[in-house]
Amino acid sequence: MGRWTKFIVGAVAVLVVALLLARLVSNEYFFFAGYVVLQFVVLATAWNILGGYAGYVNFGSGAFFAVGAYTAVALIKAFAAPLLLQLAAAVLVSGLMGLAIGAMTLRLRGIFFSIATVAIAVICETAVLNWGFVGGARGATVLQPPAPALFASYARLLFVVMSLLAVLAVALARYIEISWIGRGLRAIRDNEEAAESVGVPTLKLKLFAATASGALMGMAGAPFPLYMSFIEPTSAFSLNYAVSALAMPIIGGTASWAGPVIGAVLLGSAQQIVTVTLSSELNVLVLGVLLVAFVVAAPDGILGLVRRLLGKAGAK
Amino acid sequence: MSEALLEVDAVTKRFGGFVALSQVSLTVRSGERLGIIGPNGSGKTTLINCICGSLYSDAGSIGFDGVEVTRFAAHRRARLGIARSFQVPRPFSSMTLAENVAVPLEYVAHRRSLHRADVSAEARAILAQMGLADRADAPTLTLTQVDLRKLELARALATRPRLLILDEVMAGLSSVEVDEMLGIILGLSRQGVTIMMIEHIMRAIMRFSERVVCLDAGCIMAEGTPAQIVQDPNVQRIYLGD
Repeated sequence: MGRWTKFIVGAVAVLVVALLLARLVSNEYFFFAGYVVLQFVVLATAWNILGGYAGYVNFGSGAFFAVGAYTAVALIKAFAAPLLLQLAAAVLVSGLMGLAIGAMTLRLRGIFFSIATVAIAVICETAVLNWGFVGGARGATVLQPPAPALFASYARLLFVVMSLLAVLAVALARYIEISWIGRGLRAIRDNEEAAESVGVPTLKLKLFAATASGALMGMAGAPFPLYMSFIEPTSAFSLNYAVSALAMPIIGGTASWAGPVIGAVLLGSAQQIVTVTLSSELNVLVLGVLLVAFVVAAPDGILGLVRRLLGKAGAK
Repeated sequence: MSEALLEVDAVTKRFGGFVALSQVSLTVRSGERLGIIGPNGSGKTTLINCICGSLYSDAGSIGFDGVEVTRFAAHRRARLGIARSFQVPRPFSSMTLAENVAVPLEYVAHRRSLHRADVSAEARAILAQMGLADRADAPTLTLTQVDLRKLELARALATRPRLLILDEVMAGLSSVEVDEMLGIILGLSRQGVTIMMIEHIMRAIMRFSERVVCLDAGCIMAEGTPAQIVQDPNVQRIYLGD
C-alpha cells in the first residue's frame, strides 16, 4: 500500500490544518471564501472522473449540484434532518441521477451525452421552480442550527465539513485513477471501440463513472442551503457551477487527480479575490478568458505544462 | 481435421437499404489459417465487425467454441477468446506501449485477480515478442507505421486469443516489413492460435493461407486453397474484369 501512504499523510494534514484554521482565524469571511474554494475542489474533482478520465463532457454539473442542495432542503423541510443525513441523501439522489442519465445516453458516443446533460439541467431547474414545498421560484430560508461547542460559528463547522468532503472526493478520484478502472476509462477516452475489443466493458465503466461523478457533485451541493441560509433556483442552478466544474480541471490538467485540485484552488481563490476587489461579474470573465487561453495554448493544463518543463530540464 | 471454432451461419447485415452482408456462412476450424480477400466494399470488414461484436448482425447466428455469441457485446467476445486488429491502427494514444498492452491483460487475462496481478512484466514480454521491447515506455505518438501495426498485434495477443482476426495488418508496409510481419503471424499460428487474415497483398495471402475465401458484394464468391482461388474464374473476373 506504498502508493497510498503519502496521500493519506497529506489528507490527514489537510484536515488538521482545516481544524486549526477554524480555531485560529478570526476573520469570519475567510471561512465563507474558503468554503467556496473547497466546494469547487469537490465539483472539479467530480467532473474530472467522467469528463477527464473517460472523456465524456458534462455541461450539467450545476444540475447535480442543485439536486444535492434541494435534496437537503427537502429533508430539512420534511424532517429537520441533520447535516449528515442530508449529505447521505444528496449522494444517493444525485448518484442515481448520474446513473439514470448515463443509462439513457452513454450508449451513444461523445457529444450526445453532453447535449443530454444540458437538457437535464433545464428540466431539473423547471421542476424545482414549480415545486412549492422547497420554495419554488421564491426560494426557501433555512435556519442554521447552533454551532457545536468546538466551533465558534456554523460557517466554521461547514468549512471543516467541506474540507473533509474534498479529501473524500479526491481520495475516490485517486483510487479510480490508479486502479484498473482508471486504465479502462482512459482506454475509453482514447478509443472506445478498441477498448471494447480488448475486453473493457465500456458501458459498465461509463455508468460507474457517471454515478460516482454525479454523487460527488450532489455531495458538494448538500451543505449549500445551510451555508447560504437561503436558497433559490437561480443561484443553485447558476451557470457558474457548470462552467467552473469544467474549466477548473481543464486548466489544472485532466490527466491526474491533482489537476482539478490545482485548478479549483487557483481559480476559486482568484474568483474570490476578484469578487472582493473588483466586481462579482468580472470573476466569470476571468474564468472564461483563462479557459480559452489554456485550451489554445496548453491543452494539458497546468500539470501538462509542469511536466513539459520538467521533461525539458531532465533532458538537458 | 479438427473441430469448428467459429461458425458463422447465414449472417446478414444491412446499412439502411444497402446490404453489406447477405446470408454469409463460414466455418473456421481450430488451428486453421484462413485468408479473406475481396474488392473494396465487398463486406470484409463488416464481416469482422459482426464476428467481433463491434456491429450486431441483422439476421443469422455466430457461434464460437460451441457458444452462441450473436448478441454478446464485443468485450464479452474478447473474453471468450476472439481478438482483432483494426484496419487503421487504434492505439490508446495517451498511454505508453506497455500500458496499451496492460489494458487487455487486466481486463481479460487477469480479470479474476484485478487487484493483485502486476501485469507490467507480462506486457513487456509480449512487446518483446513483437520486437518492441526497447519502446515499451515510449508514447504511441512516436511510433512508425510498422511499429503501430505490431502494437495492434501485441494488444490483441494480450487477450490470449484463440481466434485472432487481422484486418489488413500489412497495408502500407514495405516488402521487407511484410515478410517480417508474416513471420510473426506464422509463428503465432504455430503456437496454436487460429487466424483469420484479411489482406489485399496477394503474396502474403498465398504464403499465409491454408484456405482462402473471396467475398464480393456481401456474398462468398469462391472458396478453396490458395492455388484453387487464383484459378477460380469468379475471382479472376472480380479482380481482372471480364
